[in-house]
Amino acid sequence: MTKAALLVLADGRFPAGGHAHSGGAEAAVRAGRITGSADLEDFCRGRLHTAGLVAAALAAAAALGADPVALDEAADARTPSPALRGTARRLGRQLLRAARSAWPDAGLDALARTFPKGAHQPVVLGVTARAAGLDARDAAYCAAYESVSGPATAVVRLLSLDPFDATGVLARTAGEVDRVTDRAVAAARTALTEGVEALPAASAPLLEIGAEAHAARPTRLFAS
Amino acid sequence: MHLDHSDPHAPAAVGADARRPDGRRRALRIGLGGPVGSGKTATVAALCRELRDEFALAVVTNDIYTREDAEFLLREAVLPPERIAAVETGACPHTAIRDDISANLEAVEDLEDAVGPLDLVLVESGGDNLTATFSKGLVDAQVFVIDVAGGDDIPRKGGPGVTTADLLVVNKTDLAPYVGSDLARMAADAKAQRAELPVVLQSLRAGSGVRDVAAWVRGRLAAWTA
Repeated sequence: MTKAALLVLADGRFPAGGHAHSGGAEAAVRAGRITGSADLEDFCRGRLHTAGLVAAALAAAAALGADPVALDEAADARTPSPALRGTARRLGRQLLRAARSAWPDAGLDALARTFPKGAHQPVVLGVTARAAGLDARDAAYCAAYESVSGPATAVVRLLSLDPFDATGVLARTAGEVDRVTDRAVAAARTALTEGVEALPAASAPLLEIGAEAHAARPTRLFAS
Repeated sequence: MHLDHSDPHAPAAVGADARRPDGRRRALRIGLGGPVGSGKTATVAALCRELRDEFALAVVTNDIYTREDAEFLLREAVLPPERIAAVETGACPHTAIRDDISANLEAVEDLEDAVGPLDLVLVESGGDNLTATFSKGLVDAQVFVIDVAGGDDIPRKGGPGVTTADLLVVNKTDLAPYVGSDLARMAADAKAQRAELPVVLQSLRAGSGVRDVAAWVRGRLAAWTA
């Protein structure tokens, strides 16, 4: 077991489908809510503390060995937008394929049998971390970081934003990624004894609404 | 965890596996790539018309920011709608066919689940540049489509698509006189770049149309099922 597995899993080029998704950034750009790096930073901070926190807690709980079926239901309950639920399952299925090739594991095989069309991505991420010999904190880090790195890289393409500015946003939010990860892991530990109700349910209504509007657009660069 | 470990029908982890989870041989997958506007979708449509009565077919399209390629095939009614699937590529068509193939693999597998068994799945790339190639994890063979109007120096310039594709198609030969392209030179340059790999010069508007490409596909299918 090696900590470098975390670098493999968190690498933006890990082939799990993320490149086709903007994490809601395309909808926000189209609505005029992201016009430059300052807006992008606000957007990322908002997503980190809402969808990012929830995803990180789900991933941590899955890495601790909580029941994936219960976690998947908890993820559904925390995702009002049908479009976002569909996206989360598609990305979960894609991650599961990559994970089973990278870290063959009975837990991952079982997840594939239970969810042939995909479980929520953070749940798969947590089971993957476990298969890779990583811990709950690693899984939470991956989810929290993904919640900001996805939009940041997408906005480079959407707005022709200076890539150094986008990377600066990620560097400046790093401390908050640490704190969100801490909260997520604490909540996941509590959920092991108290049930999935103990997991955070932070909501970002504009992300949910934007996802529905985006899904109905006939032309778009990113799938979500 | 209360997950069942006893079910032998676990989904395949690796896309290149030649057999489906139930043990049957999966469909042959042929990728079609090439620059924007070279005639990939028209070639796919013509292949569907030529081969659909002989083989069980389906098509996956990769559009860049619309669903126009899938909609063109639907409008042309080359296949029933349930046999055409569209993949979204997030502004990076070559990523979806080469670096991160998971969405395309799922589209192919879902088509086989929904309308299979299939003999052949055509995977059409979004229009890209001369370096775009398909991963071997996604397709069994690939066709690179260029056209005479894109410049008759493209075969000479080479690039991974032109030099390594299993079949190079030089399309729109009927336009050569109007754009000043030298077909003989294109054919000779392609031969020099590709050694023994085949090249087809075709016009879908004149002569034998897609027949040569269809014959090549039949050859690949015969080898796949042998």
